[in-house]
Amino acid sequence: MQDKPFMSSLTTDEVATSLRRKGRWGLGEVLFWLAAAATLFFLPERHLILNEIAIIGLFAVSLDLILGYAGIVSLGHAAFFGVGAYVAGIFAKEMTGDPLTGLAVAGVAAALLGFATSFLVLRGADLTRLMVTLGVALVAGEIANQASWLTGGADGLQGIMMGPLLGMFEFDIFGTTAYAYSLVVLFVLFVVARRIVHSPFGLSLRSIRDNSLRARAVGIPVNRRLVAIYTISAAYAGIAGGLLAQTTQFVSLDVLAFHRSADVLLVLVIGGVGYLYGGLIGAVIFKVLQDILSSMTPQYWQFWIGLILVVLVLAGRERLTERARFLAGRLFGRSAGAPRTAPAREGRP
Amino acid sequence: MNDLLSLRRVSAGYGDAVVISNIDVGLRQGESFAVLGRNGTGKTTLINTIVGVTRQKGGMIVLDGRDLTGARPETRAKAGIGWVPQERNIFKSLTVEENLTAVARPGPWTLARAYELFPRLRERRSNLGNQLSGGEQQMLAVARALVLNPRIMLLDEPTEGLAPIIIEELLAALTKVIREEGMSVIIVEQHAQKILGMTDRALILDRGTIVHSSSSKALMEDPTALEQHLGVTGGKKKRLGHPPL
Repeated sequence: MQDKPFMSSLTTDEVATSLRRKGRWGLGEVLFWLAAAATLFFLPERHLILNEIAIIGLFAVSLDLILGYAGIVSLGHAAFFGVGAYVAGIFAKEMTGDPLTGLAVAGVAAALLGFATSFLVLRGADLTRLMVTLGVALVAGEIANQASWLTGGADGLQGIMMGPLLGMFEFDIFGTTAYAYSLVVLFVLFVVARRIVHSPFGLSLRSIRDNSLRARAVGIPVNRRLVAIYTISAAYAGIAGGLLAQTTQFVSLDVLAFHRSADVLLVLVIGGVGYLYGGLIGAVIFKVLQDILSSMTPQYWQFWIGLILVVLVLAGRERLTERARFLAGRLFGRSAGAPRTAPAREGRP
Repeated sequence: MNDLLSLRRVSAGYGDAVVISNIDVGLRQGESFAVLGRNGTGKTTLINTIVGVTRQKGGMIVLDGRDLTGARPETRAKAGIGWVPQERNIFKSLTVEENLTAVARPGPWTLARAYELFPRLRERRSNLGNQLSGGEQQMLAVARALVLNPRIMLLDEPTEGLAPIIIEELLAALTKVIREEGMSVIIVEQHAQKILGMTDRALILDRGTIVHSSSSKALMEDPTALEQHLGVTGGKKKRLGHPPL
């Protein structure tokens, strides 16, 4: 976050050492990813839902970057997810079916939209940001609806044909290639996100989240930091949307719907904000619950999800996670991170 | 010798209200300054105006020849203004070390030196900001301002709400920073007796204007001025100032 070339070597070393110590992988984290990789081999019949979990997990990580680390609340994150999905779908349909190229294009398109709209979230506090982000998503949804010549409108974007992954692996109906693809993309982007949050840049974001006025007064360029993380987060969401479009080979207006934004917020609330793994854990819990509840009570599963959410928030996910962290600490010697229920806020200008 | 920080006819306030007006102050390199006054006389507004978080309504603020009037707080911080606000405002969800790491800039004040000045912080380096006592938070606020390696440090009532033993520890550290390190400092305080002994000059604010300006030593020996402007009686004269280290 500082002007590194001018930093004295002692300070640089101290900062680097401190951040390296913070950024070390814990045993719990390694086990988490080994377990995720193991599902590829041991749960072949669940690859379709696992693929959805990986995509929602990535989407939740993208929201965590702005909500958990920078304190930007959003009810319109689906705008970037949807744009990524449509761009990946249209790109595959009109240009080339190469998945990786399409994914990169989807990420860039969403990042551009994120950059352009980031300036809208710089002003105002939480309520303003909620309304602005919601408005952006609504506008994007209506544009997609009206531009039916390009997006397929209410009928959805059909006829997407994906080429083999790396020219070798065809997407199959069991979702095996899709899940492996999504999992690898999720892991790579997670590692990048982890690097970001454990960097001086990440520290400055947390400082801004805690107290933006104070952050300014210690020389942190608050607006630039917020624009940067909002753009990065949008790119992540766009890539998640792109993965959905590529692995399901269909895009509908649903990707831009309000419930997408609400669901991902729900996922983060379930898993915990501000520690990256919250999005992944929340995605697993959310999809598994959805799967179980919708098979038990197809009509009322949302009622039960809602009830569980209320119980979690009121009765204390904190307490549950504290207990889980305590147990993990006893088992593995150290915890992966500290989940937070909501960003601390004070001293906003 | 040119002033390091110069305020020329500075006026500032909140909304339409003008809280300080026509303030003329010059602070030289290595000089320390006590800003005194009763409650509500504009001391904090003066500091906030220099930092850039209060609306400046007139005049100029110049730091080492660079006009900072209208500059953003982050620009002023980078130019060399370190601030220890009244509310401390440490980053509560960051650890002690992260609080320091997040703002560390090049210069003589490193994390190691900050820990040397406040050994308590080294012991609590892994604790979150909200797990610290008030005194430790204040030490962290001072340490954080130091690792920013400012040209000048502004401290707003650093002893407010602290236990006497912590005040002693904190003032000893600040005296060291001022006397041994030669840091240029402006300290705002309500209680003159705490800081007059460690500063070079003193000014007293009343209703947003400077009503007294002298050396700290002269003010300490002027019971009339103390009583007139601060309500400090002559009997307290002997207790003024921090004991020598």
